Amino acid sequence: MKGRLPPLATLGPFIALLLACGFFATQNERFLTGGNLSLVLQQVMVVGVIAIGQTLIILTAGIDLSCGMVMALGGIVMTKFATELGVPPLLAVLCGIGVTTLFGLVNGLLVTRIKLPPFIVTLGTLNIAFAITQLYSNSQTVTDVPDAMTMLGNTFALGGTTNVAYGVVLMLALYGLAWFALRETASGRHVYAVGNSPEATRLTGIPTQRVLLAVYVLAGVFYGIASLLSVARTGVGDPNAGQTENLDAITAVVLGGTSLFGGRGVILGSLVGALIVGVFRNGLTLMGVSSIYQVLVTGVLVILAVATDQLSRKGAR
Amino acid sequence: MSTTANAPIVMEARGLVKRYGQVVALDGADFELRAGEILAVIGDNGAGKSSLIKALSGATIPDEGEIKLDGRTIHFKSPIDARRAGIETVYQDLAVAPAMSIAENLFLGRELRRPGFLGNVLRMLDKKKMLEESITRMNELKVGIRSMTQAVETLSGGQRQCVAVGRAAAFAQHVVIMDEPTAALGVKEGNMVLELIRRVRDKGLPVILISHNMPHVFEIADRIHIARLGKRAAVVDPKKISMSDTVAVMTGAKRVDELPADCLA
Repeated sequence: MKGRLPPLATLGPFIALLLACGFFATQNERFLTGGNLSLVLQQVMVVGVIAIGQTLIILTAGIDLSCGMVMALGGIVMTKFATELGVPPLLAVLCGIGVTTLFGLVNGLLVTRIKLPPFIVTLGTLNIAFAITQLYSNSQTVTDVPDAMTMLGNTFALGGTTNVAYGVVLMLALYGLAWFALRETASGRHVYAVGNSPEATRLTGIPTQRVLLAVYVLAGVFYGIASLLSVARTGVGDPNAGQTENLDAITAVVLGGTSLFGGRGVILGSLVGALIVGVFRNGLTLMGVSSIYQVLVTGVLVILAVATDQLSRKGAR
Repeated sequence: MSTTANAPIVMEARGLVKRYGQVVALDGADFELRAGEILAVIGDNGAGKSSLIKALSGATIPDEGEIKLDGRTIHFKSPIDARRAGIETVYQDLAVAPAMSIAENLFLGRELRRPGFLGNVLRMLDKKKMLEESITRMNELKVGIRSMTQAVETLSGGQRQCVAVGRAAAFAQHVVIMDEPTAALGVKEGNMVLELIRRVRDKGLPVILISHNMPHVFEIADRIHIARLGKRAAVVDPKKISMSDTVAVMTGAKRVDELPADCLA
């Protein structure tokens, strides 16, 4: 008799993470130091928060290809508003999050009202967000960002050499919130139900289109928070941000065991998935491997994860 | 006369008309469901059987005619309205979420929240209570499934359909509509579901059963509503009519007035 999820699907990502850490620890003695691990966490926080939104969408059997580009646009909007328009930092941040949320709303409306496939919709908004980012920023990095907007990039000491960024704490808190909502509330269960069997869910009287729309809008909110983290981490508004995060976020979700077919997965898996991606990037850098190979490894990882998902589902039937 | 012939009418429809462009799906159809009975609805393809059921379950709005539930006229705009009025529908194609547990499926869309702060503010689900109620309700119907926390996809097709029937029976206040509940099942599994449908009736809920399977209909129905050409051709008593005569009326090979009078119900 099988349980709700085969144990491999939930434990697999943890095992993969431990194996990856073990491997890199043997390759470079600096890898396992507190300083380096806290760096990995800081590198992961942007992808990690994007991956929360992405997980929600993938749980409904959708996909969001625009996540990284929307995140970049949010960063440009908040930094330009603050530096050029003189908008107070907090308000500028809210404007940035507003723009990413608007993109989520547009994605969601196109998916639910016009019934377009999420893949195509977000492929379109990916390009639109990228173009607006370049046009609005003139492809120039926005500098002189007020300190208030980079506060989340500051760190506090935890033990001797380990410094933890406030943004990492925020990321962990957001994961805790998403975990609670998905597991313990009716709305969370409805997200799973919609991904599991939209027709059966509709027949029970759950407004499935509203659930879907809410998921895309919420994802937009998470991308906006990721924009702020990205600005905080780099200290600038970067029009070329989000290029690696775009695919890394999807990779993180899939590596974390969430099924691309919808309805199955655990949000904390996406955190583990994001950590796996982060550990690979960090470890390969420490080993002196060129960044092109890191891209290659990410590509291989994502295919491996999807293949595992497909094969384990075949086994479950 | 059938034992239920004098029972009070729970649900009735008069002169239902439904047109789809040039096609007249319902052409003044009547319908009556009595308390405590299993009423089978049969008919050839295009006889207006599914349009009738859709009108009764709120899936379509008839152009003309009147539907009454417990004597009150009702106007369903969606299946959710019908559900609120106490009519639950079981669909042919196993309308359950496979990766979710049985308990979650039973309460999908009507989850129970914890009392107090946890439920009202944090919107926390009362998983324990839902699990306990699932066990109670499924035990009442003698559905022999051991664990309510197992995923529906671990069940056989018949067991899944029992979950769907059990959910409808657990929450219906007035009527359970079953649309081809045994069509996707094998012989043994089909019998398991038939047995469950009987227990639902014995619990006091009237059942409308749509089926193409004549042996199943004759085995379980108290009365049979024969739909033909968008109307009700006849209501017959399966104990007093042969299967071949029933099919003859359904296909138009025999007129109703050619039947012996005592087989009408």
